[in-house]
Amino acid sequence: MDAKIEYLLRQGDNALILSQQLSQLCGKGPALEEDMALTNVALDLLGQTRMWLTYAGELEGQGRDEDKLAFHRDAGEFRNCLLVEQPNASYAETMMRQFLFDTWHYFLMQGLLQSTDPRIAEIAEKSFKEVTYHLRRSGDLVVRLGDGTDTSHAMMQAALDDLWMYSGECFIYDAVDNAMVEQGIAPKADDLRAAFLDHVNDILTEATLSMPSPDAYMQRGGKQGRHTERLGFILAEMQFLQRAYPGAEW
Amino acid sequence: MNTQNATASQVWSWLGEVPDPEIPVISVVDLGIVRDVAFIGDECVVTITPTYSGCPAMQVISEAVTEALHAHGLEKVKLVNRLSPAWTTDWMSETGKAALKGYGIAPPVQQAIDISGLRGGVKRGAFVEPEVTCPNCGSKHTQLTSQFGSTPCKALYKCLDCREPFDYFKCH
Repeated sequence: MDAKIEYLLRQGDNALILSQQLSQLCGKGPALEEDMALTNVALDLLGQTRMWLTYAGELEGQGRDEDKLAFHRDAGEFRNCLLVEQPNASYAETMMRQFLFDTWHYFLMQGLLQSTDPRIAEIAEKSFKEVTYHLRRSGDLVVRLGDGTDTSHAMMQAALDDLWMYSGECFIYDAVDNAMVEQGIAPKADDLRAAFLDHVNDILTEATLSMPSPDAYMQRGGKQGRHTERLGFILAEMQFLQRAYPGAEW
Repeated sequence: MNTQNATASQVWSWLGEVPDPEIPVISVVDLGIVRDVAFIGDECVVTITPTYSGCPAMQVISEAVTEALHAHGLEKVKLVNRLSPAWTTDWMSETGKAALKGYGIAPPVQQAIDISGLRGGVKRGAFVEPEVTCPNCGSKHTQLTSQFGSTPCKALYKCLDCREPFDYFKCH
């Protein structure tokens, strides 16, 4: 498959799966304000998903639009990183996952503003403003909860330790990523990783949390389609209607 | 002024009557999302830009724009979605801001930070929440309750003087 289509699916699937996970918290947030924030972030990510998947479908030219790509692919065809499919286990896990994702997402969108593909640069420009707001909020909450009570501190540290092994996949470039860098479409891994670690370190320090080693072993495989079992359950719920009633419309 | 220009300006004024579906006191033109009106042959091409990428109001707005122009006798209407430059609250008209305030929503108070300004904007403390005026009593003694409100474009504030909660239309 064309490298650019793969790259677009990765962006779209990251946003889609995280959006779906956040949507599942609608009505279950720990406070009304948190509930609204989670679902608003989910909505932004869903809008971004549509732009990425629509473009991927157009380039592919097989008649698959955003909906077909979202609802008619099975887990092995999804290209999201493993981080976004980690469960909404506790609010600490949810916010730590969000913070790690937002930080990477922010610097990636910033890099893609310079993409030689004008359509990708446009989508990044639109997303970047939204992602900035997401990152401000998730960074604030990591500090408030990390530097909070003994309980919240312990939960945030445990969440960080659990999720850290999923924080590096996006910086492990494969042939698809390298092709994008060579064409000037995507930013280099080293630049992104340095910016990511710098911001994460700043926030974690202020949050009185200990950052695990950046050189720790990092789980990988999601963006090549090798997922945890968790993705199947997410898709089972997300795709139910289209699987039960193929082609159903509003 | 040739006929085409006259017609385009007529279309702008018609669009000025199309309300935002979520905040009906302001029009889609006041909101700053209509970017261009042009005639290509006998087809009227209206270029709009989304506020937030996931905003569900955009589809309703597209339908409302098309319907309004059909109602004014334009048969061929085409809507073009433009992403760049990305929509900013700086494009909201003064009339629109005044209407928001009258409706009980505090309008955006700053110029939106430009893209380069956002670079330092995620460092803690680099971004200072703006001083928002209470749309009910005019006090500047207000406080952020929640970064997100009832729609993607709003945050929730409360007034520490009149004690009323209110929506703030965020700078974007």
